[in-house]
Amino acid sequence: MTLARRIIACLDVKDGRVVKGTRFRDHQDMGDITELAARYSAQGVDELVFYDITASPQGRRVDVDWIDRVAREIDIPFCVAGGISSVQDARAVLVAGADKVSVNTPATRRPELVGELAREFGTQCVVVGVDSLRDEDGQWRIRQLTGDPEATRALDTTTLAWVERVQELGAGEIVLNAMGSDGVRQGYDVEQLRAVRQVCGVPLIASGGAGTVQHFIDVFTEADVDGALAAGVFHSGDLTIGDLKGALHRAGVEVRLD
Amino acid sequence: MARPTVALVDSGGTNIASVSYALERIGADARLTNNPADIRAADRVILPGVGAAGAGMARLREAGLVEVLHEVEQPLLGVCLGMQLLFAHSAEDGGTECLGLLPGRVVPIPPAPGLRVPHMGWNTLTNLHADPLTEGLADGERAYFVHSFAVPVTAHTLQTTEHSGTWSAVVRSGNRWGAQFHPERSARAGARLLTNFILEVSP
Repeated sequence: MTLARRIIACLDVKDGRVVKGTRFRDHQDMGDITELAARYSAQGVDELVFYDITASPQGRRVDVDWIDRVAREIDIPFCVAGGISSVQDARAVLVAGADKVSVNTPATRRPELVGELAREFGTQCVVVGVDSLRDEDGQWRIRQLTGDPEATRALDTTTLAWVERVQELGAGEIVLNAMGSDGVRQGYDVEQLRAVRQVCGVPLIASGGAGTVQHFIDVFTEADVDGALAAGVFHSGDLTIGDLKGALHRAGVEVRLD
Repeated sequence: MARPTVALVDSGGTNIASVSYALERIGADARLTNNPADIRAADRVILPGVGAAGAGMARLREAGLVEVLHEVEQPLLGVCLGMQLLFAHSAEDGGTECLGLLPGRVVPIPPAPGLRVPHMGWNTLTNLHADPLTEGLADGERAYFVHSFAVPVTAHTLQTTEHSGTWSAVVRSGNRWGAQFHPERSARAGARLLTNFILEVSP
């Protein structure tokens, strides 16, 4: 295998600024979008994801001005998520320079959206973000409207069934956000990711829980994910992309080194 | 000498802005156009593209660009889907007749245990033949790929990459080149390839 495992920095965007919360709450300002994008890109991150976390709860579409600025600035791929609920919304985001769009809440409301986007732009442009939490009966189930804790809703659909369904519809990549481990830096939800990997034939990205180098090594070697996404651990400076990739390389994980 | 002018063919794909910005970053004088006269007059022509082959060819036909792309004598570079469209045929969308500027067929990447399709991410390049376009891109250099269909290795392959088989990463036939990866999103390797295309390849 020569394809590198990807390290993805996630920038949550709120009102045109990058913010960071814990367990999807209590957002703090982390800085300017293009400045942070350029900094991570220079550090050797493989990809960036921008989540406009308030777009879905506020019922509005993602703002495209900053997408154009990011597209001019960086020379690595980036994905945009937040409030994309139609082919028209996705086109605006892609034409502004994003490489992929990620749909989450709108896909849970109208799953056909995934197929419409795949037919129009190709499956490689269509990422489905899945917010998942284990219920008391032991099943992982999906959530919607997770950008706003007041609005978040639990659905009856199990995470594994949803991941299978969206692939049939045309998802080219799955980002699994394990809500139980998000923001607390105790490690990725390897158990859940392994289960999802069994039903996921397209690239699978782990999200939620990264705190140390070992967490990244574990998720790549134990859950066989294609990429690992993190936010807080990079924003805080506790872990730099360069140090992380060096450690992954030494641990035998295939990564892109400069 | 003035900077070479670049006609960026407006094929309607969604990565045009990204390619255009990448050309701006390296200081190229690029113009987005679907005007055959502009395309014929430029020093370099780039055919970007993203999405599916059927829709890509339909857009080129609707815009009346098939003929002019056949007539172009200056260096032409197809990027990603734009490279695939240079070939004779693609298996995508139930079979699509393409431009036929290079011989060969585009085929689906077969499933293999532990390998995902689409082939998405940073993969290594391996040099088969030296060329001005790939000058400075050493074996093992990584570039960003996103595709589910691919061009097998042929006599026209300059560089390969591996993912459930060995595939063409960069191709050339005369003044026609193609890159399967996205130079506009491939950091140093991509900037080097685009710079070589603007400054190093000779008509």
